[in-house]
Amino acid sequence: MATLVEELIAKTGSPAAEKYTAKDFQSDQDVRWCPGCGDYSILAQTQRIMPDLGIPRHRMAFISGIGCSSRFPYYMNTYGFHSIHGRATAVASGLKLARPDISVWVVTGDGDGFSIGGNHMIHLMRRNLDINVLLFNNQIYGLTKGQYSPTSEMGKVTKSTPFGSIDYPFNPASLCLGASATFVARTLDRDPKHMQATLKRAADHKGTSFIEVYQNCNVFNDGAFFQFTEKETKEDNVVFIEHGKPLVFGKEHDKGIRLNGFTPEVVSLKDGKFSVNDLLVHDEKDTTLSFILADMTYKPHLPRPVGIFLAIERPVYEEEMVRQIQFARQKRGEGDMAKLLNSGETWVVQ
Amino acid sequence: MAEKTTKSLQEVTIRFAGDSGDGMQLTGTQFTNTTAILGNDLSTLPDFPAEIRAPAGTLFGVSGFQIHFGSTEINTPGDACDVLVSMNAAALKVNLGSLVDGGVIIVNTDGFNDRNLKLAGYQNSPLKDGSLSRYQVFEVDISKMTALALKDLSLSSKLVDRSKNFFALGMMYWMYNRPMEPTIDWINKKFHNKPEIVEANIRVLKAGWNYSETTEIFAVRYQVSPAKLAPGRYRNITGNQAAAWGLMAAAKKANLDLFLGSYPITPASDILHELSIYKHFGVKTFQAEDEIAGITSAIGAAFGGALGVTTTSGPGVALKTEALGLAVMVELPLVVCNIQRGGPSTGLPTKTEQADLLQSLYGRNGEAPIPIVAASTPADCFQMVFEASRIALKYMTPVFFLSDGYLGNGSEPWLIPDFKAMPDISVKFRTNAEGFFPYSRDEATLTRPWAIPGTPGLEHRIGGLEKQHITGNVNYEPQNHEMMIKLRAEKVERIANDIPLAEAEGDAQGDVLVVGWGSTYGAIRTAVLRHREKGNSVSQLHIHYLNPLPKNLGEVLYKFKHVLVPELNLGQLVKVLRAKYLVPALGLNKIQGLPFKAIEIEKKIDEILKGK
Repeated sequence: MATLVEELIAKTGSPAAEKYTAKDFQSDQDVRWCPGCGDYSILAQTQRIMPDLGIPRHRMAFISGIGCSSRFPYYMNTYGFHSIHGRATAVASGLKLARPDISVWVVTGDGDGFSIGGNHMIHLMRRNLDINVLLFNNQIYGLTKGQYSPTSEMGKVTKSTPFGSIDYPFNPASLCLGASATFVARTLDRDPKHMQATLKRAADHKGTSFIEVYQNCNVFNDGAFFQFTEKETKEDNVVFIEHGKPLVFGKEHDKGIRLNGFTPEVVSLKDGKFSVNDLLVHDEKDTTLSFILADMTYKPHLPRPVGIFLAIERPVYEEEMVRQIQFARQKRGEGDMAKLLNSGETWVVQ
Repeated sequence: MAEKTTKSLQEVTIRFAGDSGDGMQLTGTQFTNTTAILGNDLSTLPDFPAEIRAPAGTLFGVSGFQIHFGSTEINTPGDACDVLVSMNAAALKVNLGSLVDGGVIIVNTDGFNDRNLKLAGYQNSPLKDGSLSRYQVFEVDISKMTALALKDLSLSSKLVDRSKNFFALGMMYWMYNRPMEPTIDWINKKFHNKPEIVEANIRVLKAGWNYSETTEIFAVRYQVSPAKLAPGRYRNITGNQAAAWGLMAAAKKANLDLFLGSYPITPASDILHELSIYKHFGVKTFQAEDEIAGITSAIGAAFGGALGVTTTSGPGVALKTEALGLAVMVELPLVVCNIQRGGPSTGLPTKTEQADLLQSLYGRNGEAPIPIVAASTPADCFQMVFEASRIALKYMTPVFFLSDGYLGNGSEPWLIPDFKAMPDISVKFRTNAEGFFPYSRDEATLTRPWAIPGTPGLEHRIGGLEKQHITGNVNYEPQNHEMMIKLRAEKVERIANDIPLAEAEGDAQGDVLVVGWGSTYGAIRTAVLRHREKGNSVSQLHIHYLNPLPKNLGEVLYKFKHVLVPELNLGQLVKVLRAKYLVPALGLNKIQGLPFKAIEIEKKIDEILKGK
């Protein structure tokens, strides 16, 4: 017999997705982030790509933890769950396991996802549930008004580190790759086109997709990423990595990344020593390369890599779970409770 | 062959004791299953160390299994044992105190060598110094007999040694007239891939039986007739298995998928193990990365329309605390099984205690009421976890199901319920978008609608921030907060309209009412019945619903001169009763990691009756 949820899914089926616009994904709640916050851009880009996904609105759920970023679900006109600090990934896992038919998105921050929720994050990555994780990384605690975060740089002076932070920061991309993530990307709050393209790729990816968004907190950590996001400095400080393309960067496209052994180094394309043919060509299916590229982060002599580090296929957890259930049913038939209660050693008292 | 006589017994208590690697739990379980099939009533108490294989021969490595069975009603695993099977000196030392005067000791003499004696702290062998003269001691070199029985099988000495528990089992089967076939069937099934182990174990089992039958060491064997149980089909069941099946039964009756998010912890893990088997029932089990992910994944599944469950023990509940508050706030159904153990902190992982009642009632930030039910016997876990599920689904609330190590691992015969005749649990997801508000409430129950993702037009957001009444929007207004606190409390209070009234067993009024909850039921019942047989005015009231309490509980309590509340804690229910009903209830408290003995409660009642 079909369960109530199966009946509901059958009834609400997958009607040819309505023609949505970005506006259809805006909820009736006032957006309450600080004026100028990078979160606005992420919300706008997300709402903009939603109509392209072909998924009915009622089949989407946004799950968050605690922090500025975690208000996100209130502003999306989908199902949403603003849970508790650090646990969005675990709540989302339960939802996805119970309901593989729902498109599940997690919105988290550097504190929520990588400090209090670090454990759930790495386990989600290794299990590879088909969930999309958006990390709003602003390298600061905003909601609690300005303490350092696990991605803050060393020496950072904040309310809780008046003499400078002595914590070495996580590099979320490397951490997720180390946890065997199958899709890891980085994008920028001030680069809408790049963000939209990255979000779409993440949504299409089967398995856990992790997107780190460099997001400006203009109140407590203003300008943390300006060298990577502002016109004057961006092109010399960021290398956009694209599948099958050589790593070229610089205002005049005159610099590139070459592998010297396993070590990436910046070379000039102007002085005649090296040409584009000598440069590292990105392959997003290559796990080893993904580690090398992610490791360029925080190296002062190297440009910051932005783009999709890795996109590979691996069995998806909830599909494996369903497969085991189907296999057991094929082999043993649908479970019969009355039969189970009366199984094994029993005896009759007259 | 020696002449043997057979004596008839009403009841007997046997304790198997040995090293934690000696297979005493298996021996006890086999004896239990065979005894159940014979139609005796029974109750068991496994008592094992937290260490998996503690160093051999040590006192802290002793593992015991006690079974009390008879032709009469059996409510406890027995205050004291009549027979102690002791595989080594340490097992004797640890368990001798629980043997009745004149009781039977069967020792494996090989376990009493100099090294064993030293490890057990004996200066001289108790088998030789006359210190056991109060008991009937039977010395058998079980290790040697086992080796002899297997000598032509060329098994490793380790495997030979591992078989010796079957020799002890064979002896006890002979002594209490039990058939060997159920165990032989079990061995054949369990080791069907290892024919040499099947051969060895069956041989040793039969050797134990034949040895007892043939030698002159045992002159008497015993007959324990079947008990007069209510007619029907029975099986033996442990509390943890009953809880697992009760959850599955509830999901079926509600026509929902069952989702378990759990992290392994003693003594609750067996529920996770059991539920993991039943994939063909559609049960989804998720071994999470920690306790917090266990409960939060279950909350996520409940958001998606599953019967969400998490199983744990006290330390795990401590970790789940914040998520419990979330479940209260978002008003989603959730069953939280706490198989209590000795605390605080890591405490006594394998020992029993019922010290988490106040944690269940109050252990959260803010005003966060959660309904609580508790099982009173191993088989009762089925019924009470079913009730926990029913309440959770009907009232959209997390519910605690309390059991403990003694109930979870203990077992008893169970009259198998007629599944078809069990009531359905009615669940209706909200599907109508017209006039939908996530926090509108049913007038009678104050329950909010369950609107699950996938339903067109009901897209909404929930979360841990305070909600505006009806709309569910985030709201910080003072009046609204107070109203929501009161509504959530009132919703839980109204469950009292939907649970059985309290009813004293015995008389509706009198001198002493013994009030208990959870696993103390059997010991209290035995103690109360003994007093009633003597003509004393003593009755019993066992509380299965601890929050909310039965509506008429106060009236029941007021009709007795004295109220006694035995608990395996420092007095938790007694505090609640005194606070809520202003009755001068007395506590009887034991915190030793062991269940009450009936005699302990019987004596306390005596004192009260005598005005001491």
